[in-house]
Amino acid sequence: MFWTVTLSLLEGFLTTVKLFALTLLFSLPLGLVMSLGSMSKIKVLRYPIVFLIWVMRGTPLLLQLLIIYYGPGILFHTNVWGSGDGGRFTAALVAFVVNYACYFSEIYRGGIQSIPVGQYEAGKVLGMTNGQIFRKVILLQVIKRIVPPMANEIITLVKDTSLARVIAVYEIIWSGQAFIKSDGIIWPLFYTGAFYLIFSGLLTLLFRYLEKRLDYFR
Amino acid sequence: MSILEVNHIRKNFGETEVLKDISFSMEEGQAVSIIGSSGSGKTTLLRCLNFLETPDEGTIKVRDEVLFDGAKKENPSEAQLRQRRLHFGLVFQQFNLFPQYTALENVCLAPQLALKEKNEAQQKKITEMGEELLERMGLSDRMGNYPHQLSGGQQQRVAIARALALQPDILCFDEPTSALDPELTGEVLKVIRSLAEHHTTMIIVTHEMTFARDVSDRVIFMDGGRIEEQGTPDEVFGHPKSERTKRFLAGY
Ligand SMILES: Nc1ncnc2c1ncn2[C@@H]1O[C@H](COP(=O)(O)OP(=O)(O)OP(=O)(O)O)[C@@H](O)[C@H]1O
Ligand SMILES: [Mg+2]
Repeated sequence: MFWTVTLSLLEGFLTTVKLFALTLLFSLPLGLVMSLGSMSKIKVLRYPIVFLIWVMRGTPLLLQLLIIYYGPGILFHTNVWGSGDGGRFTAALVAFVVNYACYFSEIYRGGIQSIPVGQYEAGKVLGMTNGQIFRKVILLQVIKRIVPPMANEIITLVKDTSLARVIAVYEIIWSGQAFIKSDGIIWPLFYTGAFYLIFSGLLTLLFRYLEKRLDYFR
Repeated sequence: MSILEVNHIRKNFGETEVLKDISFSMEEGQAVSIIGSSGSGKTTLLRCLNFLETPDEGTIKVRDEVLFDGAKKENPSEAQLRQRRLHFGLVFQQFNLFPQYTALENVCLAPQLALKEKNEAQQKKITEMGEELLERMGLSDRMGNYPHQLSGGQQQRVAIARALALQPDILCFDEPTSALDPELTGEVLKVIRSLAEHHTTMIIVTHEMTFARDVSDRVIFMDGGRIEEQGTPDEVFGHPKSERTKRFLAGY
């Protein structure tokens, strides 16, 4: 029985990890672009982005998942997501990427805006180009400041992936819960929890290491 | 030929006139001190010279080369702006060292980045120059320290070395000791004094009157965005002509 459960949970966990990794892969750069847009002087660029960020951060991810998955089909009678498991996974991924890009963009924005203007000015009077100032002076300081809030957000993402089950993406909790119905046992759910704990524990260690590495300056 | 000629500079921030018709000139090797009460526009003037602000009117000439002319409504490219800035150096009140670099790296970063082609011989030359500058600042044993490991006075001396590394025609100081504890101002003033003795061309905005009197060849007293009085230290401090100058100096 233990092996059956383990195998089944591993299968669900694979989906969880895939959703997690792909969300990061797309939302980290998208968030950066959005943060630059949200600080832009061009209003037609800034306003829509600020609005999108407000909506995505102000409504539950669960709601966004449902709307993104069912919305196109019901409103426009087209199935943009394709059929079956793959389609549902894509819909979930899109919802996660947009939602997390909004959170990340706010973290980037906070980090970039927290750098004193004197750092830019010092670079300028030393004859550096804007690109050099950003890459050689600003970037590492921003990274140092955003590591702790990013760590928080990324660990939240680990747990948030379980929300994908509302549109029937078979992630790990789904796999664990199935045993309640089929075998009347609860311990696979605890076992599921262990997966999450180990995963977020490893991430915590990784981020702690990063913070340490950046500890040499203030 | 004057090394710097500033003519009829005006600068507004919105409705407020911050600089109203500033003109002065200085010779190579001179140290000029700018004194004046808070809000008189001293910082704004230095920022205009360093192209951190754009004046609304007037001209700035270095060695007869026109770097800025308000009458020509030109839009300088980033590269042109950088070229013009290199005539000036600026030491900030708040040091503005780069926290992620050691003292030596702070000094060498900009010259390294300015290299057209990076070969080892050039890099080594820059490092040696950086070490030499920090030695002159009395920081030989602090080259490998990060800014947060240094006292304010040491940080400001690193900032001075960093500005000198680019060999500007004119080095500007904006109240270099105002952010320091009183017991640390001496070490920074000593360094600036030795620069003056070596005839470094400098403009020093300061509230240290005794220092200004001792060190500078000329003194400019600014008041309400204008130059109220200028002359030798003896003229301005010893025999001020203007009532405002007298009243200002009486406060010290
Ligand atoms: N970016 C800005 N926007 C609007 N007003 C400004 C700006 N910078 C400076 N000012 C105003 O310009 C005036 C002159 O400021 P400035 O900093 O040049 O004075 P200062 O002589 O350096 O004073 P302090 O001795 O306090 O440093 C002040 O009234 C200030 O409020
Ligand atoms: Mg000032």
